[in-house]
This record gives sequence, C-alpha cells and structure tokens, in this order.
Amino acid sequence: MNYNFLKLLIEGLNNNKGWLKTWENVNPKKHYDIIVIGGGGHGLATAFYLASEYKEMNVAVLERGDIGLGNVGRNTTIIRSNYLLKENIPFYEFSLKLWEGLEKSLNYNAMVSQRGVLNIFHSDYQRDAYTRRGNSMILNGADAELLNVDEIKRMYPFFDYDNARFPVKGGLLQRRGGTVRHDAVAWGYAHAANKLGVDIIQNCEVINFRIKKNKVEGVDTSKGYISCKKVGCAVAGSSSILLSKLNMQLPIESHVLQAFVSESLKPVISGVVTFGAGHFYISQSNKGGLVFGGDIDGYNSYAQRGNLATLEDVCESGMALMPMLGNCRLLRTWGGTMDMSMDGSPIIDKIHIKNIFLNAGWCYGGFKATPASGWCFAHLISTGKPHKLISDFTLNRFYDGSIIDEKGQGAQPNLH
Amino acid sequence: MYIEHPLLGSRSIDEFIYYGDASLLKRPVFNQNKILEKFHKYLYLRKNPNGIHSELWFHLYGDRSWLIVERDTKTHEIRNVILANKELG
Amino acid sequence: MIKNKFKNLKTHKNKIKFIFDGKTMFGYKGDTLASALLANNINMVGRSFKYHRPRGIFASGVEEPNALVEIIEDKNIIPNIKATTLELYEGLIAKSQNYWPSLKFDILGIFDLFSNFLVAGFYYKTFKWPSFFWEKLYEPMIRKAAGLGKVSTNPSRVISEKGYLFCDFLVIGSGPTGLLAALILGNSGKSVILMEQDFVFGGSLNRDNPIIDNVSSKIWKNKIITRLENLPNVRTMKRTTVLGMYDHGSFAATETFKKESVKKQYQILWRVKSKKTFLCSGSTERHISFQNNDIPGIMLSSSIREYTNRWQLKTFKNVVFFTNNDYPYYVARDLISRGTKQVSIVDVRKEIKFSDPTISIYKNAEVINTKGKRKIEGVFIKAKNKPILFLHCDTLGVSGGWNANIQISTHTNEKPVWNEQVLSFVQKKISKNSNIKCLGSADGIYELNDLFINTKKEVFKYLKTLNLKSKNIDLPNVNTKETYNIKPFWFVKYGSDRKWVDFQNDVTVKDIQISYKENFRSIEHLKRYSTLGMGTDQGKVGNIVGLGILSEISNKSIRNIGTSTFRPPYVPASIDAFVGFTKNKSFKAKRLTPSHAWSKKNNSEFVETGLWYRSQWYPKKNEINWLDTVNREVLNVRNNVGFCDVSTLGKIDIQGKDSLEFINKIYCNNFNNLSIGKVKYGLMLREDGMIMDDGTTARLDENHFIMTTTTSNAEKVYQHLEFCHQCLWPYMDVNLISITDSFSQFSVAGPNSRKLLQSILDNSEEISNKNLPFMGFKKIWLKNGLSAKIFRISFSGELAYEISIETQYSDVFLEILEKEGKKFNLSPYGTEALSVLRIEKGHISGPEINGNTSPLNVNMLNILNFQKDCVGNILFQRKKILNNNLRLVGLLSDNKIHSGSLIFDKDMKMNSENELGYVSSSCFSPCLGKYIALCFFSGGEKYFGKNIIVKNFLKKYKTFAKICSPVFIDKEGKKLRV
Repeated sequence: MNYNFLKLLIEGLNNNKGWLKTWENVNPKKHYDIIVIGGGGHGLATAFYLASEYKEMNVAVLERGDIGLGNVGRNTTIIRSNYLLKENIPFYEFSLKLWEGLEKSLNYNAMVSQRGVLNIFHSDYQRDAYTRRGNSMILNGADAELLNVDEIKRMYPFFDYDNARFPVKGGLLQRRGGTVRHDAVAWGYAHAANKLGVDIIQNCEVINFRIKKNKVEGVDTSKGYISCKKVGCAVAGSSSILLSKLNMQLPIESHVLQAFVSESLKPVISGVVTFGAGHFYISQSNKGGLVFGGDIDGYNSYAQRGNLATLEDVCESGMALMPMLGNCRLLRTWGGTMDMSMDGSPIIDKIHIKNIFLNAGWCYGGFKATPASGWCFAHLISTGKPHKLISDFTLNRFYDGSIIDEKGQGAQPNLH
Repeated sequence: MYIEHPLLGSRSIDEFIYYGDASLLKRPVFNQNKILEKFHKYLYLRKNPNGIHSELWFHLYGDRSWLIVERDTKTHEIRNVILANKELG
Repeated sequence: MIKNKFKNLKTHKNKIKFIFDGKTMFGYKGDTLASALLANNINMVGRSFKYHRPRGIFASGVEEPNALVEIIEDKNIIPNIKATTLELYEGLIAKSQNYWPSLKFDILGIFDLFSNFLVAGFYYKTFKWPSFFWEKLYEPMIRKAAGLGKVSTNPSRVISEKGYLFCDFLVIGSGPTGLLAALILGNSGKSVILMEQDFVFGGSLNRDNPIIDNVSSKIWKNKIITRLENLPNVRTMKRTTVLGMYDHGSFAATETFKKESVKKQYQILWRVKSKKTFLCSGSTERHISFQNNDIPGIMLSSSIREYTNRWQLKTFKNVVFFTNNDYPYYVARDLISRGTKQVSIVDVRKEIKFSDPTISIYKNAEVINTKGKRKIEGVFIKAKNKPILFLHCDTLGVSGGWNANIQISTHTNEKPVWNEQVLSFVQKKISKNSNIKCLGSADGIYELNDLFINTKKEVFKYLKTLNLKSKNIDLPNVNTKETYNIKPFWFVKYGSDRKWVDFQNDVTVKDIQISYKENFRSIEHLKRYSTLGMGTDQGKVGNIVGLGILSEISNKSIRNIGTSTFRPPYVPASIDAFVGFTKNKSFKAKRLTPSHAWSKKNNSEFVETGLWYRSQWYPKKNEINWLDTVNREVLNVRNNVGFCDVSTLGKIDIQGKDSLEFINKIYCNNFNNLSIGKVKYGLMLREDGMIMDDGTTARLDENHFIMTTTTSNAEKVYQHLEFCHQCLWPYMDVNLISITDSFSQFSVAGPNSRKLLQSILDNSEEISNKNLPFMGFKKIWLKNGLSAKIFRISFSGELAYEISIETQYSDVFLEILEKEGKKFNLSPYGTEALSVLRIEKGHISGPEINGNTSPLNVNMLNILNFQKDCVGNILFQRKKILNNNLRLVGLLSDNKIHSGSLIFDKDMKMNSENELGYVSSSCFSPCLGKYIALCFFSGGEKYFGKNIIVKNFLKKYKTFAKICSPVFIDKEGKKLRV
C-alpha cells in the first residue's frame, strides 16, 4: 500500500476501512538466501537495503518477539554525525544523509526533524576538544559551528548563565542533527522491505545455528528449521547470547541505559542539547514530552530497567543546565540493553564461520546509525566485502590495536 | 541496588564503582607463548552472560576494597559477595 | 450524625479563596481543586490533546485523564497538575489548558471536524513531500497543537530535600487493607512505615463509607490510625507517594508538605529500603467505551461516590449509571440517601439481584450515545429488542469494573497475570529481589469482608515465617456488604461515531481497530501506534479497556495478549524532587585549594578544574587583559621566581616491603634504580598500552614512597593502584593511602627559587645543588618551625622545587614565603601561566594524555622497559599501535594558533586523506615572543623546520607555522640543574 495525502483523504471519507497491514505476517519458508536475525531498526534496515540496493530477492528477518521493540523502540531519538574520529564521521554522515531522504525511500514519514544538536562546553579544555571535533567533522563532510555564550543565550535563554557551578562557555552545534520518531523507523523499514518481498517473521526465535565445514547451512528456530546461504546477526544487546551459540566471546558487555520523558508540554526546547559538566541530554518530542537521558547505569544488565541513583544523577545534571526543568514532572522512565563495545565503536564484520556476519557493539549510539548500518551491513552480506565506510569496524581491531576510541577511555565499556 | 559488603554490611551502590567481569583478576602471566593473544582475550573478550555474573565492584566511597559480586544480570539479584583479595590471597 | 460533622467543616473559618480561569471562587479545607470546582458548578476544565474536545472532571484521584490545570505562582507556571489531587490552598491560581483563545471557544477544536483524517498513525502516512514543508510548516503546526500545558522557563521554586528511610516493613497505601496490615505488623514490634499518597488516610474508606464494627468508616479509621501513631515503631506518612520499586527492596517516594498559601512548596524524595513490602494500593475503576463518552459530566461511578461521600457535594441531581457490575448500585443508594432525586442504572447484564423502587433499572441495556457538547444533557440507551430511549441527566456515572493497582509490584520485571474471575491483572510472583506482596484489592480482592480476612491471614502467615509474633486482633466486622459480580464488557458495538478509550490522548475504538488492521497487534505495538495509555494518567482508566477491545477484535484472550510494561514513576513526579538541594552552585561539591583564601585576597581569578576551583591568574590594576597578566607571571618565573599552588595533584603514599616492585609494575619505565632521597618521572599506562597518567614518585625510605598524579586523574589512578594491589598482586606487601587532602603542595620556580627557599629554611638546613640536586628529595625544617618535604622537580623548566606542608599549616607557609619573597620578586602564578610554562618546555599534560596516545606518540619509546612485567607493556606492542606515526612536535608561528586546529601540507588539498595531525595545546610564549603549540603530527622529527598550514575550519581561520622540537626553551635542561 502506498501512503500519501490522497490516500489519507480517501480513507478518511471511507471511514478508514481500507487500510492494509503495514507489513504482512507470514510463516517462514523452508529456505532463504539471506536470513537477518533481529527485527530491530538495524535488522529491518539491513533487509530493506538488501532488497532495494543489492537486489537480494529471498530475504527474511527473524524476530524473537515483535519487531521494533528493542532499542529502536526505546531510545531518545537523536540523529547526528558529530564524531571526532575519521573512522566514524563519514559513516555517521552517510547515515545522516540517508535520514534526510528517508521518507521518500520508505514512503513512510518517520518525522525526521533537523532541529540542531548542541553540545555545551564549560572549560577551555572542553572547548579545545570540541574545536578539534568540529574541525574534523567539517573536514569529513559534516556540518559544525562553534557558538559563543551569547549565541547560545539567544537559542536557549533559560539555561543557567548566572548561577551555575560550571558556567556555560560555548557550544558545538550541528544544525543538521535532530530527532526522528523512533518507532516509525522500524515500521517504515518493515513496510518498505516487505513491499520489496522481504519476509518479516515475528515471534521466531533462533535457537541454534547449523554449521557444516565451518560454513552456515541454516538456523533452528522456534518455528522450525530454516535453511539459508547467509546469516546476518543484528541483535544489539543480545549479541553475546546469540554468538555464544557458536562458542564465541565478543568484545561486548550488555549494559542498561535509561531514558526519561516528562509530561507533555507546549513547545519549549527547540533542538537537542547535551550538557558538558555532567551526564544529560534533552530534546522535546512532537507530542510535547521532554525526552532526556544521561549515562548508562554502569553495570552489566539484561533487565531493561535502571536504578534510582542514575535517575537522580541525570535530573541533577539537567537542572544544573536548565533550572526550569524542576517545573516539569517525570512521566515515564525505562531502560534498554546496550551492546557496549570495548572501545565504544561498532563492529560490522565477518566472523570465523563462513557466511555468518555480525553487526553489533553500537553502545548507546545505534539509533542514529540505523540507515547506514543497514546499508553497509547489506553490502557486507551481499558482496562478502566490507563497504568502505565500515572497513575499520572490524572484530580484529582489538587484537591488532587499531582501536576506535572516541572518548579515549580504554577497554572499559561502561566508560564509553 | 544494595551490596552486602562482607565487612560493612548492606551498602547502597551509590558508594561503589563498577569495573567489570571478575575474570579481570586473572591477568596472564608475563613471558609466555602467545602472550599477545592471551592479553587480548583477557582485556577484551567477555562472556557477558544473561544470568549469573561474577564481577568487580570498588567501594570508592567506603573502605576502598575491591569486591567480587555474584549477581544475576537478568534480575539483579545478588548471590554472593567476597573481598577480591581474599579470593586470591 | 455523620452528616452534621461534615457540615461543621464547611464553616466560614474553613473557607478557602482561589481563582480559576480568572474567576474568584471559594472552597473548603479538605477540598481538592476538582471537588471545589464541582461545588462551584464548574465541570468543563480543559481540552483534549488531539481533537481539542471539551473535557470535564472524570475521576477523583491520580487516575484523572482530563482535569489538568496550570498553577500560576508568582512568575512561575506549573502545568498539567491534576485538579483531582491538588489540595486546595488559600490564594491558589489555576487555569485550564490546551486551547486558544479560550476554553469555551478553541480554534483548534476544528481538528474535531477532521477526526476521520487524523486517526492513529496518520502523520506517518503523509507530510512527506516536499521535505521542506515538513520541517517548516507541518511539524511546527503539530508541535504547537500538541503538548498540554505551558511550562514556565523560570527556575523551579520548589524546595526539595532528599533522605533515606530504612524499615522492616513498608506498607503502601492506607485504605482498609493498609491500615489493618500496618497494625498487625506494628504490633510485632518491628519497624513499619505506612505511606499514603492522599492528604488524608483511609483510601477507599473515605469514598465508600462502609460501617465497620458498628461505627462509620471514619471513626473506625481514626481509631486504627491513633493506635498506629501510638506505636513507637510505626511511622505514618501522608502526602507520600511511592513512585517506584527498585532493586533489593528499595523504593523511591516523594513526600510533599501541606501548602497553606501561595508559598514555596516543600518536598522530600525518600529513598526507602525495606525488608518486606506490602502493596495495599487498592484498585481503580475503569470505564466503558461508547459513542461520545468523553463529554463533561461523564465520570467514573466511584468518583461520583467519592465527591458525594467525602466532599459532600450535592451537584449530582439527575444521574444515570452505565455498568457491567454491582458497584454503581451502592453509589446510587448513597446518592439517594443524600438527596439525589433521580437515579437510573443501565446495566449490560441480564440478571440483576437488585430491585429498588427509587432507582430506575434498565437490564440487558447499553448506553449507545450521549447528548450535550460542553456538558452532558442526556443519554440514549438501548435495551435488547427494545427501541432507543432517551434519558435526561446531568451526570453519567460509568463503571466497567476495577483494576487492581499492581503497577509498583511489576517494576522489577515481575509480569502480572490476568485473573478471569475479577477481570483484572494481579501479581502472583514475588521475586527474591524485590520481596513485595500485593494485598487486598490490589490483589484483586474487592469485597471488604474478604479483604480483611485475607489481609489478616496473609500478614500473620508472613510474620510466622520470620518467627515473629503479633498481638491477635479481632477481625473488623463489616456491617455493609457490597458485592461485585462483574461481566466482561469493554465497549458498546452500536454506532460508528467515536468511542473514547484513552481520553487524554484521544484514542478511540476506531484507532484500535485501525491499528489492528494495520498489523499493530501486540499490546506494545498498539500502545506505540495509537498512543494508548501514553498520557499523564498513564492509562490508569483506559489501558485495560483498550486491552479488552483488542482482545475482542483479535479473538485472543487478554491473558494471552498480556499487558504492556509498567514503569516508574507510578504517578508523574516532580523532577525537582530527584534533584533535592544539589542545584545551582551546589550542583557538585566544591574543592578549594589551601591557598584559596590567600589567592582571593590577592585578586586571583578562579577557574573550575574538575571539582576544584584553582587560581587562573592574578591580575594587577595596570594590566589590560588576561594575556598581559599571564605574560607577566610567566616572565617572572623565567626571570625571578614564582609560586603556584599544586595541591590539586593526586598524592598517594605507598608503604610496605614490596612497594618498589609494585611501583615498577605500575609505571612502564624502569624504577628499580630509584634510590632513597630521589624522585623519578613515571609514565603510567592502561592495560591497553595507552597513557593513563604521568607524575613523579619519590623514595622517602627503603619501603616508603610518595606518588603524584595529575589533578584530573587523581581518583582514577588511586582506584587503579588499589585494583592492581587487591586484584592482581594481593600477595605483595603494599599499603596505599591517598594523602591528596592531607598535604598542600606549592611549586616554587625560577632562578631565584633556591635563594628564596634557603631564606625560609631553618638555619641548619641546606639545599645547595650538591645537597639537593635535580630530582632530589629531602625532609626539612622551615625557620618558623614547620616541617616540610622538598622535591627538586620542575614542570616549568626552571630551577624549581615543590614544597609539601601539612595542609592546616598552609597559611603559615604562605605568610613566610610572601614575606621573604619580596626580596626576590616573588609573585604567584595561576594555571594559565603554569600551562604556558609547560608548553614552552614541551611537557605533556591533559590535552596530550587524551586516552588515545601511546608512549610512542609522545616520543617516550626510549624510556620504556620491555623486559619487565608492567601494566600496558604487552598490548602496547600491538602492530597498529607501533605503526602509528603521530608524534608530538612543536609549532612556531607569528600568528595565533588555535588548539583543536588541523594540520595540512601547504601544497596539498585540505581533505581528509591529507590531514597530518592536530594541535593539542597552544599559547603565546612571552619568552620567544611568538605563538607556540604542541601538536600530534604524522611523521615527527624528520619534518622539523618544515612550514605547514594550521587550519581552524570552525573559525574560518588558517595560519602558517613551522614544525620544531616540542621543547621550546632550554632543550639541554641546563636551567634545571643549576
């Protein structure tokens, strides 16, 4: 079904009786050329680009539960490419460009909203670090601006400029950064992939891989055995569990990250803002809720829920930046499982078993990467060779030392 | 969360810093064969279980002891806590 | 008699003046804003989220979806306050919200006419082209129309605090269950906390008014509360809302304090740790969905009862009920006993045991539509095989059954199960982690007598498992029995007009049908696609109705569909509460250096450095800007002598017979040759081979060392050392203690430093070059009787010393230093001059130790000792780290160099492939009269003398600079050793 204004009009007059399924529910076929495990943002995007860009006609996405309920269904919706390292920027910039054209490629409005992402800094040291980052961004094709305090005041007059423990000294702004309606990304990719013939199979858990001569032959699932030529794993926080079926240990720990939303309010915060003297970032959704978050809770967890201390810490940082936040009320808190890699950067690579591919280690930055990750992963699966934008996202980098450590924190996932 | 400190009783996790898998205690011995492989595995590869996890916590705002905590990563239930140096010492 | 008692409350003395939508009104003590508004015949209090439909007060507690108001105080606006829970206070100014220009006439009400085009998910299907239109036109429109209240951008004025509470038993809710449970638990002698979110105790007792032990529920309740309050081990807390359950029996609760007038609101966030918790949070009535069931005047039947019994309202004169259970029959009786003349009940059930001549009962019938726009005027009803009937009314009470309030019990992931008998989710699992038990109607036991029996049984049973005894108490005798007898009924099929499920978010039956049709069939999908239950009422009245409808549409039992996950907070909670007093300047602790007061007196400007405030520079009157000041401070060090407070450096005292071996494992350079009385530079790596920190370590004695770290890494290094000691090499005899705060440390640097220091030393002390050579250490006595440690180390490149004094004597030291210093042109210098001095000397610091640099990058390969086992030694030798060709070099220029700039060859295009490095630190060097910088450059030494481009794209700025050695002055280090 094609969605457009006219269709909406006709359906409105027709009492909305003619809408079809956004994606079809099907039972798995006996064989697929490519199976993508994981019906989250990355898995669905991979399937879409496999079909649309790499003309793979026999593809299935297997999802343990219902699609779109992993991190794509529970993140804080930010898109940006304001990275420091040249291994990262071009990839995220490519992603941002795909976001910019997403409605058209999917025929689905995921409400990409380029409202600007502003990183506040509070010291000369941070200013210098952001200067390097901004320069690196511009050099690698992204947009960046350095703002002084007056310019920030004009955008956000309600920050604490007079009485702050760590005064605002400036900020790095990426105007093309912004937010997206996160759930719609999953639904949009599912819709578009399905239209191109991809089977989306919900409630189908992969129980095991079948391997012969170090090569994958198929997967055993809760809906029976499915044979296939290739398998792409895009299961984020569950990567270690899935790959442990192949006796693999990954350079990944699963941690919990919380997110928070306030009650719905009339528009007050125009873009995305991050605080530089604590763990806090915020934006306002189209529905009016202030969506905010901070650091991961800091310990391994699959529980998808956080602790109180982190909530307090995030609120403290929030009010340190914008004391008006105390006028608002917290409506909901939730948590997701983050596949925290050892250097804070993702892994898109082959593994030691032939025709199994891995897409993991997104830490808490996977959402913004969804389109590019899908595209490049599709490239890797279909061609067997890494797309040039992900040629550094290897598993081997921890062994050979070509670490991609944006924060310079070393091999400690909870610090990234 | 509350951690039952072997010496100090039940303490809030606000007092602790988390480090990671308790396998970090088993640092490879210097001057072995394949030392690079061993250190790579030691520092970077993790079991990351969905279940019982043996892990290191540092009582930073307390008695500065390192603890080995056995905790279920699925439910956060804590099974056992010991002093790290007791484990080895 | 009860009546009179209530009447007495409504005296002049208890009158409270408030303003709603600009009109002055009166209420009484004990009123909520909602009860006062209803008493003033105001029912319409807001507009809905999407269609901007008129909405009235629907409920009487935290479940309220409609009656959200803005509270205006001084210049602050607090939006989305539930009128049903807001305790009325003198001078309250409230305003309805979400309309323009007025509540009665809202232009956005036009959305209502187009509702057929604004169904679930409509925005995903359009506004796609041109994309410019989305961002400039559609989206701003949607944003403006959405959102509920306006929030003030002024700082919050709430006074918040935080506290900890510990107890054996926590009882949440003070209804009949909570009171009985708390009493039994209290009698066991263990500590009990009873928390009630309302400003009165009693929960449903205040609403249902049962007769217990032959007295009114109010008297019974007060008796129990008095008994509880007389127990020293029981703490009762009103206005205290438990927001969430966290791990290991910990809870978050906010206590607010009664507001007598428009004064600041006080609140406390309690972090409660309880060994066992009883969730006695009661149950919440839900509605039934039918056409136009959202107009003002339609309420939950339980709310009508509460307004009638608790607040004595007489506004309900002609009431129709629509029900699938027995509850409204008891409400009807209460109404009639209080003077309501006309009451009808429309019941979907065929068999009803009630017959009451004063009530008109319509069996096997449904309300199919309503009449009225801003206030209900009547309902259309249809009984099976009978014509449609119209009933006039001023109020419609709806009852679709009751949901047990299990939310908190599920916060640590225990999924509730659907109970087919009572048609509610109930919690059957008790995890070891959370140890919470639902009791009473929160456990789906709705009949009061059963509830008492069960509560008593369960609590005693639990006490027995702990071998605790409690006084036996008589089971409360309930004189008024109320039955339930629910029949599943979720929505009226009749009619194609909109039937609301979630009032606040304007989710209708049709939206659920469309969602289903479009394959959003699991409860999580439905929630996300239709926004069901996403409002500030968190779906307390609508969610289960929606689930029931989904269950019918999908032909799947509710048990199999399951509920969406409940998340904290249980009700929306003030963000201010989670912050407490750590606001503004108190956001983080302040650390002041030992010289802070002295520096303040001497006109210092301070800069935040982590938690520290450090002196940045000391301006003098004649200086035109900070650079002028810093240049003077730098030159004075180079030419005379300066001093700087470096107490912020981390200092770790290391003792034990294996200390040297330990230190040798921590640092990557060799420490075996460090002799007593000597200091050595140390480079510390992380296990991954990158630089973690650097500093110096002095050997005071055979087995006694003092290690210094950088300011920013002090805590991290200490933690690392403890890790190495306790976790890696526990067999070593090493003891570590941080002495950062115990000793102040001052750098005294410059050609005159020796002369100056000699003049403040005790006459017996000598610090000649021979006596205390470069990198030497000594314990000394000052002439004012202070003992000190003196290290001959230099960060500036000059002849320099660091003096360490017990912190409490810092002032005395500064006094003598200042006094003697005059002879030698001593002046203090701040962090900025410190930074210039170290850049001139090419010392690495924070910007160079950025976590991504190895010893190779900072030209320190030569000091590494690959033969020894130390942290970082192995993984540093990874191929790509050894192949990395960035090297620290110096840059010299006549023009300013910005830190963070990128380096390019002047003959090459400035693109990513041609980037040659970046500037890490830069400054103006007053000694060289040029701009200098430290920079990581591809290639290093062999390019010395080459001219390159330094580009700052952000400032659209570039300049030329010459690559040179990172050591700009005294490359041979002669000045250090004089």
